[in-house]
Amino acid sequence: MATIRKKRKKVEVFAQGNEAIAEGALLAGCSFFGGYPITPSTEIMEIMSQRLPGSEDGVFIQMEDEIASMGAIIGASLAGRKAMTATSGPGFSLMQEHIGYACMVEAPLVVVNVMRGGPSTGLPTSPAQGDVQMARWGTHGDHSIIVLSASTVQECLEMTVVAFNMAEKYRTPVVLLVDEVTAHTREKITIPHAEDLEILSRVVPSVPPEWFKPYAEATRAVPAMAPIGSGYRTHVTGLTHDTMGFPTSRPDEVNDAMKRLFRKIDQFYGDIMMVDEFMCEDAEVAVVAYGSVARSAHYAVEQARERGVKAGLLTLKTLYPFARPAVEKLCRKCRHVLVPEMNMGQISREVKRVNNGLTRVRTLNRVDGQIITPSEILKAIL
Amino acid sequence: MADVTQLIHDYLRHNKKFPHVFCPGCGHGIVLGSLIRSVHALQLPKDDVVIVAGIGCSGRMAVYVDFNTVHTTHGRALTFATGIKMANPRLKVICVMGDGDALSIGGNHLIHAARRNIGITALVLNNMIYGMTGGQCSPATPQGNNTMTTPNGSLEQPFDTVELVSAAGANYVARGTSFHAQQLDRLITDAIQHPGFSVVEALSPCPTQYGRKNKFKGAVPMYEWLKKNTVKLENRKENDPRIPVGVFRNLDRPGLEERYADLKAQIRAKGQGR
Repeated sequence: MATIRKKRKKVEVFAQGNEAIAEGALLAGCSFFGGYPITPSTEIMEIMSQRLPGSEDGVFIQMEDEIASMGAIIGASLAGRKAMTATSGPGFSLMQEHIGYACMVEAPLVVVNVMRGGPSTGLPTSPAQGDVQMARWGTHGDHSIIVLSASTVQECLEMTVVAFNMAEKYRTPVVLLVDEVTAHTREKITIPHAEDLEILSRVVPSVPPEWFKPYAEATRAVPAMAPIGSGYRTHVTGLTHDTMGFPTSRPDEVNDAMKRLFRKIDQFYGDIMMVDEFMCEDAEVAVVAYGSVARSAHYAVEQARERGVKAGLLTLKTLYPFARPAVEKLCRKCRHVLVPEMNMGQISREVKRVNNGLTRVRTLNRVDGQIITPSEILKAIL
Repeated sequence: MADVTQLIHDYLRHNKKFPHVFCPGCGHGIVLGSLIRSVHALQLPKDDVVIVAGIGCSGRMAVYVDFNTVHTTHGRALTFATGIKMANPRLKVICVMGDGDALSIGGNHLIHAARRNIGITALVLNNMIYGMTGGQCSPATPQGNNTMTTPNGSLEQPFDTVELVSAAGANYVARGTSFHAQQLDRLITDAIQHPGFSVVEALSPCPTQYGRKNKFKGAVPMYEWLKKNTVKLENRKENDPRIPVGVFRNLDRPGLEERYADLKAQIRAKGQGR
């Protein structure tokens, strides 16, 4: 019998970035949230505390601190849940050790960091982008990680879904960086229907338990993951481990394990890399931006075009691994590349590294807790 | 003897490279034995048992047993255990921690797990010292004792694990020792069965680090010390300086995961869920 599918109405709501993130997480199948209140990310936690207990298998738990929040979501992830936490600067600092643990044991999870002014307690209700390098390098030891960003409320929703998909697909923690302005801006967004989205989940083992090697080299360098309690009694450890998951310090085994952790991200570079190019085809002056700054830059580029300056904008949605090909292309053909950001130059370091003398890289930095306005960027372009 | 061999076959991992990391005379193996006998006595399916361990000598226990095992970060075992238990309440989650692990770096998590009264069993293996790092003072080192970081004797008074977790709200609180192995079997069996948060502190000698620095001439005198300096809680008279062992607290309040399941059922009944 053929089923007639009703045409689904688009759901349009007036929402802020934090609400969109919570909505995106639920659409992506997040069923476990562990968190600790911190401005300006708290709304995410509040919404999850309302929505998860009423959902089919949702679990919400407020933990005693951010260290515990990360511990709880790693535990939930190991037990088979799609898990997340949300925090801001000081809390993100506390989470670093467990982010490293999640990298090591390859636990899929999403950490949202709504960036506020820092260092230390800093400016709790003002925007900044000072945590970019920390998101990449915050935990000790050499590691690979995915860092995403969002610049509009709609993107907050979409990138949260992407974050969960990447976490599940590559068995890695994914950090979503949003700044306070994006998180608290209210605008109209379209909430997609769950069935219209591509939702990915981790691969579970298809072999019997006695054949299962939890960290074996897999076709795509991402091994299958057996949830705790599913009959595959595995050992999970933060110590460097062999393919069975048991601690090892044999140089050959350590080397294989470490190299695979990098390779599983590197070889999907093209899939992970997300950028938006706006008027870049014939650009002579380029702006590389992310987060709320990208919106100011978008307007500035439009204004510059009206005045006859061939400007273009590259918006980074994936911050790490870094968008080398897209940036290099601009560096090759532009008179100069401008990197405006609400820090003293964290992504501009990467752009300069990629540029390597090709063109002039200019920075535009603000660390006073205020947004970078279109006119400031326009002035720098002209 | 045959029984012991059978337990070894049933509960230790065959594919793990032995020998284990524990020193001769260490009490941790006895506690591990008690844990295995308790799981066996309760006939818990191995697939449903999760051992979550912290960092330190006690943390290495997890790797040898054929359960679901998670070797976590220093002091944070209970946070992982909380996530696992809430994600899948069917699982029997047992946390293995040392004294430095549970009382120092993880002190906050210990009291909050007790406050939540979540259905986890916590074993605190108290050897009164940091063993793995070479014998430094821990929050359970008795006042006046020598360690690598208190060469002139510790000035600080130690935590009393039992009083700490009782005050914080744990349902079941007990203390045993590696010397009283049969009693420890009973305590751990009780604790695993108990609803809510259950804690068993096991005094477990460390001859290599604690013993050497505090004039014990080997492992045997340390076990004799445990025998001499402990008293059953029921037989304890007032002002007895010996360490009481036994069950200190035994309440039957529902654990957090049960209360959460009730909440979900209520919400569903009201039709608030979506």
